[in-house]
Amino acid sequence: MSLLEMKHIKKEFGGVPVIKDISLSVEQGEILAIIGPSGSGKSTLLRCATMLEVIGGGEIAYLGQKAEWMENGKPVFPKKQELKKIQSYFGLVFQNFNLFPHFSVIKNITDAPIRVQNRNKEEVYEEAKKILEKMGLADNADAYPYQLSGGQQQRVSIARALAMKPKMLFFDEPTSALDPELTGEILKVIKDLAAEHMTMVIVTHEMNFARNVADKIIFMDKGVIAVEGTPKEVFSSENTRMQEFLGKLSAE
Amino acid sequence: MSFDVMLRQLTIGFGQTCLIFFMTLLFSLPLGMVVYFGRVSRIRPVSWIVKIYISIMRGTPLMLQLLVWYFAPYYLWGMNIGGYKLTAILLGCSLNYAAYFAEIYRSGIESIPKGQYEAAALLGYSRQQTFFRIVLPQVVKIVLPSVTNEVITLVKDTSLVYSLSYIEMFAVAKQIAAAQTTVVPFFIAGVFYYIFNYAVAWGMEMFEKKMDYYQ
Repeated sequence: MSLLEMKHIKKEFGGVPVIKDISLSVEQGEILAIIGPSGSGKSTLLRCATMLEVIGGGEIAYLGQKAEWMENGKPVFPKKQELKKIQSYFGLVFQNFNLFPHFSVIKNITDAPIRVQNRNKEEVYEEAKKILEKMGLADNADAYPYQLSGGQQQRVSIARALAMKPKMLFFDEPTSALDPELTGEILKVIKDLAAEHMTMVIVTHEMNFARNVADKIIFMDKGVIAVEGTPKEVFSSENTRMQEFLGKLSAE
Repeated sequence: MSFDVMLRQLTIGFGQTCLIFFMTLLFSLPLGMVVYFGRVSRIRPVSWIVKIYISIMRGTPLMLQLLVWYFAPYYLWGMNIGGYKLTAILLGCSLNYAAYFAEIYRSGIESIPKGQYEAAALLGYSRQQTFFRIVLPQVVKIVLPSVTNEVITLVKDTSLVYSLSYIEMFAVAKQIAAAQTTVVPFFIAGVFYYIFNYAVAWGMEMFEKKMDYYQ
């Protein structure tokens, strides 16, 4: 059974279609990279999958449980308890981190597991410290987000998502707000997660990274999947739009 | 009348000034939050009524509002307004300041980035948790300077209740000045107001500094 299954997803903003009938599935342990030009609908697709946006058509299911579907032209959701459970399956790492500025690093990470999941406080703190150590942030536990570099902040936000013990992680252009050096920091963290077989969906502009880390790549253009396959298949694709996109990138 | 006696009478009046000030704050600061929720309510008639209320509170003089609160029950229903004066004052001041605080809260709450709500939603926080744990603490820091402004204005606005012949510091000063044909009580009252406001500003600055642990 697929961890995530999106079928015939449609979405429009003010009558302008942004996603036109996209279907995809993500298996347990799989890493999917979504690439494509700005405005192609990559982020919107991710926001639909994480239920930050309601869909305009289609169906989303996690582990075979329907999370959102259409009835009489309107999106519907499962009952509150079930929806909460489904939402706990995934975490999202934002482009601009969205850390809570008034919480210290450790509180950013531990607050939701304690308050939302009602887990044991000491146990959560222990785990959070381990995650921070893994991220190379052991010395920053008591710092506040504004005291950290962009790369450190993004690592905290990854730690925050991991502390919820999700089955999969979504990344929405996690390095777009960072300089090349800090980008490297984050890509390394994602690679480490890949080595631990974390299921991930990554929207990114880092082509080499996508090629090296992803099991599957989707190239989106104008709201549809233009090319999809293994990195090798996608990067050697004859699709002209794909060629154009890569050509423009390498011409820089 | 000796300076000593003057000072003592003004100090007694100052007690009443403080009473009005603190009671008004006590009621209007939380009430402002209730007004804010009404203002942004999805129930149309509620937000509509609250908007009109805010508009009237801000659009007419506080002194006029106080006179209406005090005298309207008598003129309209012949109510005995004998022991009702302080109630009318607190009602008038609190409802007036709550309108201003509501708008200050609204500006603060609307300035919280959408990403904070999205991050909270992804982490499974309920709507209440998101508001009380994530949004409100950040709003407090943002609105602090505006609230300080309003609080300082309130210290001075307490003098408006002299229009209802309520005996607080300003009314006392006016009485003594008229009776003794001297300007001294005005100076003393001015010093009281100034020191009071200086203390308020200092206190709020300390509070702002305390909130400086994050940006």
